[in-house]
Amino acid sequence: MAEITGLREAVAGLVGDGDTVALEGFTHLIPFAAAHEIVRQGKRDLTLVRMTPDLVYDQMIGMGAAKKLVFSWGGNPGVGSLHRFRDAVERGWPLPLEIEEHSHAGMANRYVAGASNLPFAVLRGYVGTDLPKVTPTIEPIACPFTGEELTAVPALNPDVAVIHAQQADRKGNVLLWGITGIQKEAALSAKRVIVTVEEVVDAFEEHTFGIVLPSVAVDAVCAVPQGAYPSYAHGYYARSNAFYEAWDPIGRDREKFRGWMERHVLGVEDFSEHLRSIRQEGAMG
Amino acid sequence: MTEGEGRGYTADEMMTVAASRRLGDGTVCFVGIGIPSQAANLARLTHAPGCVLIYESGTIGAKPEVLPLSIGDGELAEHADSVVSVPEIFNYWLQAGRVDVGFLGAAQIDRFGNLNTTVVGSYEEPKVRLPGAGGAPEIAASAKEVFVVLRQSRRAFVEKLAFVTSVGHAEGGDSREGLGYTGGGPSVVITDLGILEPDPETRELTLVALHPGSTVEEAREATGWDLKVAENLGTTEPPGEGELRVLRDLKERTAAARKEKVG
Repeated sequence: MAEITGLREAVAGLVGDGDTVALEGFTHLIPFAAAHEIVRQGKRDLTLVRMTPDLVYDQMIGMGAAKKLVFSWGGNPGVGSLHRFRDAVERGWPLPLEIEEHSHAGMANRYVAGASNLPFAVLRGYVGTDLPKVTPTIEPIACPFTGEELTAVPALNPDVAVIHAQQADRKGNVLLWGITGIQKEAALSAKRVIVTVEEVVDAFEEHTFGIVLPSVAVDAVCAVPQGAYPSYAHGYYARSNAFYEAWDPIGRDREKFRGWMERHVLGVEDFSEHLRSIRQEGAMG
Repeated sequence: MTEGEGRGYTADEMMTVAASRRLGDGTVCFVGIGIPSQAANLARLTHAPGCVLIYESGTIGAKPEVLPLSIGDGELAEHADSVVSVPEIFNYWLQAGRVDVGFLGAAQIDRFGNLNTTVVGSYEEPKVRLPGAGGAPEIAASAKEVFVVLRQSRRAFVEKLAFVTSVGHAEGGDSREGLGYTGGGPSVVITDLGILEPDPETRELTLVALHPGSTVEEAREATGWDLKVAENLGTTEPPGEGELRVLRDLKERTAAARKEKVG
């Protein structure tokens, strides 16, 4: 059963140095608050797993929290590059970053296999591309019934999955709606699960395209309003496309990036202070 | 973006309009971000109101009022017919053959329509680390046909890809068929200069039409291989007033919606 607790306690108790950690949320509901807490607590040597590293892993990689990244699309959507990710891959700054790269379908199926307690998943794909040459976790496999050649990818079973949702009830059941991406599979594939939510409510209302993750599948629920900002929480606040655009010049420059993280992440107590801090500064510089 | 010499539209607008025209009404279309998304939504708002736009975040039948910056903007879920999980969109929809057209961009393309979105230079020590595969390999594998949209230049149209991220017509001829893919591969490549289609036999991309004002020399100059040109080279119909108005309205609405303040 999930314990309703503070984010600081949840991260301190459930995330360890060297862990494989998946912070998921496909553009929607990206757990930025939890990522900042992991950075503030100085967690190290993490293997970060995420389909789209996004700004959330750009920040964690740039702060040296990761030794390895498992991913399928590493850009700033609609804007351009993730400069901290590129700096780590191209120049090893601040630390060399080992990468294991897949396609979206490969990653999605790896989570499904993990959630299903299977060793691997099977899909049509990767054949004829250069991905199997650079990614050892892609192997051909013959169908035992027809002999057809398909592709196998190993299950993902992170030590910790972290997701953000709109609501939890007081028993720790979790409700998310809108684009729910890969969060259910990520949570069910992981050994430990932290969920940050916009609010804890007495009872859920009906929502189109909603899913409920039962409390038994969750370890910690932490109320962090706006904890997915600058991504969004459907029904609460919109994606700050302006933030994603403003991140480009910050992420591009090592000193600007360090300064920004020191002022707005390391130098604050929690996410509400982070939001106040970036708003006070007005612009994103 | 250069203004067409006194033509009243840009080369990018011509490319977007030409791409949108290829999308038939009622088509189920898997859309990438950028010009593919512009073109698909232009088609939906003009000649193809019944096309079903799918974005890889799991939105089916998306009808965005403004262009999304990412494939998962809330705008896409707001008016969608359905929203499904990411495994479902890739397995039950794309891999299962329910997608008619996949709409892709790329950093590099070769003569057989294979695409690179991974690295420029070597993989171990890349000159430029690009975002990577995303859903492109499976779109290229499983959509019944693939439309590719990208600006034509020697940097993009290369003799040899630095990395094969997504398979087009492989080594040409019937080589794609040997890979076990169920989709048909690229049927058209739309650029800012003209339109290329694979030769029915060799599957090599052949220039079949030029946009108004472009020349064969220009297209050859912007291609890193010896570009084949069709005998009956056509000319693209320039963007109509209606097409331009709808496209520009869409972009203005999008720009206005993005002006919100940070924080």
